[in-house]
Amino acid sequence: MIVGAIAFYLFAGMIIASAVMVIAARNPVHSVLFLILSFFNASGLFVLLGAEFLAMILVIVYVGAVAVLFLFVVMMLNINFVELRQGFLQYLPIGGLVGLILLIELFFVIAAGITDPEVVALASAPIPPLSDLTNTEALGQLIYTRYVYLFQTAGMVLLVAMVGAIVLTLRQREGVRKQSIARQVARTREESIEIKTVTPGSGI
Amino acid sequence: MEDLLREYLPILIFIGLTLGFAILFIAGSYFSAEQRPDTEKLSTYECGFAPFEDSRSQFDVRFYLVAILFIIFDLEVAFLFPWAIALRDIGLFGFWSMIIFLAILTIGFAYEWKKGALEWE
Amino acid sequence: MPTAPVPDLIPAIPEIWVGASALALLLYGVFRGNKHTREVAWLSVLVMAVAAVLMFAVQDGRQVTFSGAFVTDDFAVFAKSLILLGSAVALIISQGYIRNEKMERFEFPILILLATLGMMMMVSANDLLALYMGVELQSLALYVLAAFKRDSLRSTESGLKYFVLGALSSGILLYGLSLIYGFSGTTNFETLAALYSGPAAESPSIGLIIGLVFLIAGLAFKVSAVPFHMWTPDVYEGTATPVTAFLALAPKVAAMALFARVMVAPFIGLLDDWQDVIIVISMASMVFGAFAAIRQTNIKRLMAYSSIGHMGFALVGLAAGTEKGLQGVLIYLSIYLVMNIGAFAAILTMRVKGTMVESIDDLAGLSRTSPMMALGIAIFMFSLAGIPPLAGFFGKFYVFIAAVEADLMVLAIVGVLASVVGAFYYVRIVKIMYFDEPAEPFERPIGREMSAILTGSGILTLLFFIYPAPLVGWAQTAAAALVP
Repeated sequence: MIVGAIAFYLFAGMIIASAVMVIAARNPVHSVLFLILSFFNASGLFVLLGAEFLAMILVIVYVGAVAVLFLFVVMMLNINFVELRQGFLQYLPIGGLVGLILLIELFFVIAAGITDPEVVALASAPIPPLSDLTNTEALGQLIYTRYVYLFQTAGMVLLVAMVGAIVLTLRQREGVRKQSIARQVARTREESIEIKTVTPGSGI
Repeated sequence: MEDLLREYLPILIFIGLTLGFAILFIAGSYFSAEQRPDTEKLSTYECGFAPFEDSRSQFDVRFYLVAILFIIFDLEVAFLFPWAIALRDIGLFGFWSMIIFLAILTIGFAYEWKKGALEWE
Repeated sequence: MPTAPVPDLIPAIPEIWVGASALALLLYGVFRGNKHTREVAWLSVLVMAVAAVLMFAVQDGRQVTFSGAFVTDDFAVFAKSLILLGSAVALIISQGYIRNEKMERFEFPILILLATLGMMMMVSANDLLALYMGVELQSLALYVLAAFKRDSLRSTESGLKYFVLGALSSGILLYGLSLIYGFSGTTNFETLAALYSGPAAESPSIGLIIGLVFLIAGLAFKVSAVPFHMWTPDVYEGTATPVTAFLALAPKVAAMALFARVMVAPFIGLLDDWQDVIIVISMASMVFGAFAAIRQTNIKRLMAYSSIGHMGFALVGLAAGTEKGLQGVLIYLSIYLVMNIGAFAAILTMRVKGTMVESIDDLAGLSRTSPMMALGIAIFMFSLAGIPPLAGFFGKFYVFIAAVEADLMVLAIVGVLASVVGAFYYVRIVKIMYFDEPAEPFERPIGREMSAILTGSGILTLLFFIYPAPLVGWAQTAAAALVP
């Protein structure tokens, strides 16, 4: 399993390195590109854990859609990132302190070891073993039946996101000529052409 | 688990190869080519003038709306994959559960269509 | 794998009704256009009323469904009644504002309806994941509502502020939930309760405790308890006044009820571990809320600090961790809701020459220009201060009694002192109304619904002490449902 270990350290190291670059890069577009790199590596880690479906979704949704959205936002906001970074050193101590506390907590968590043994016995494991089913199939058997409540709530959350995006950003512009297919189709001969008898020599 | 990872070995090797080649080409050109750096080489050339403004132009907020709507439907589609695979096992209830989910988002779709969010004008 | 059976949908009928109606109203609104906003709003109020009726119709003790993710019991029914009342009233009192400020967009009532759905899911959560989904549904709708008046810079700013900090707190919450799941192996409240009632409760792993602390931090943000309160004054002040009213009513009640459920239902065995944290944030909220409000000149900002303080008082009951304490929390929330309905309805009538005013000085001399309104505001302010025999006093009374019985003397004493300090700024408003030179009179009349709501909440606040038994008894049943 040495290859697996190498792969893990490769992906994990790349994530940390590219995450540092996200905040250190001078050009915001480069930051987004580094973010994409860290998404890719995270999906590599998911594969190592056996969560293939999540790995692919990470690539499709985050790299394919979220990163593009970030790029749009970066291009939309005319922010001078050099200016934005002025206060960086000023906030470094407090940010570093928070990071340190989180690190210490993480250390405690790791030191505490894993799950309590009696807990393991009680906890339910609804997922069938990986050897019987593929990852995606196992998820499919649970999401739509056992977790239907959460699944439908997710639908409502997506709906709220849709409504919210439209409420906050859509503006009806005035004086725009739009094609109205229904009106075009509904046009009759009577209202579009008119026959006039023109007497010679008088014009209309 | 082992078997699963073994299936991914070719991809890992592929990544390693591409990484190796990329490093090789960049390092190769770096070492073999003649380096004479000059700031003028990197500056923008605009008909002999110094450029008046940043070449990045601000995007319209409508791009953002399109991207958000894309993400939402992207996620909707992501939910379809496991459903399609497991459809045989989850029965009629699983089927209808997805139909309801799709109905919720279709109502959202009707809303945004009627609102004109899909039109660029 | 056998085909999963269809879960029992009956307990969740109110939620399904609200969700389906929100979808139907969305379609109705988009096809009829913004001119019909008023209809959509009143239909939404009707939907909430029907949801309340359905909820009482299907109520039958404790019912768990959706593979243990969803629960209805007396506690949930109590909290949902308050939520539905708060949302419906917030929608009714916002009508005038929406008409006058040209905010007539039919999405407003629908977003309130969807936020209400999220809140109902929150108080019915029986699973860490269901908790998170409910919180997200509610918060997402609230972020949009906070920025709803998108042409106003302050409203947009407050929406953005709320969103960024809210997303951070959701992240903290989710991190805590994942730690709890990682160390216990389950997300279900009943399994967790079974796990941490026996010997495991003696020495829970430190990872679980850290997860619990993150969970408390995330929820403390949602109820705006100190030190996670920073967003509250800015958001309350910046956003449109009806949204402020809504934010102060239903979401606070929902978040507090969720807080109580998630602390007590699965983790009552770990009381010793989380009690201190709750005591600290409760004390800090009471004291900060009282002192920071003194210098405020903007009434919405003042109400923000006031709500921070009130959440601190409600947390006193939770800190006790007993049935008595939870009963106190529920009574406190009910009274808080009624008082704030009155106070915000009054704030929403503060219009001078066609524009909303929100400075405390604009209330000067109100007793001479409109004596009834001044009397109403005076009742609400005295009640918020907790002066007997008004309703606000009883709210505080029950939580303090519970704290004393749980041997939390220091907490109770700090609470009493904080309410004395807090009384100062509430009474100051009364003084300005009655003894200062009159400012511009407000626009009159205020509309029939507004006066009905003001009168109703005023009478409830004033005369609660005559017959408190129904509320106290109901709260007791509800609290008993939660404590095993």
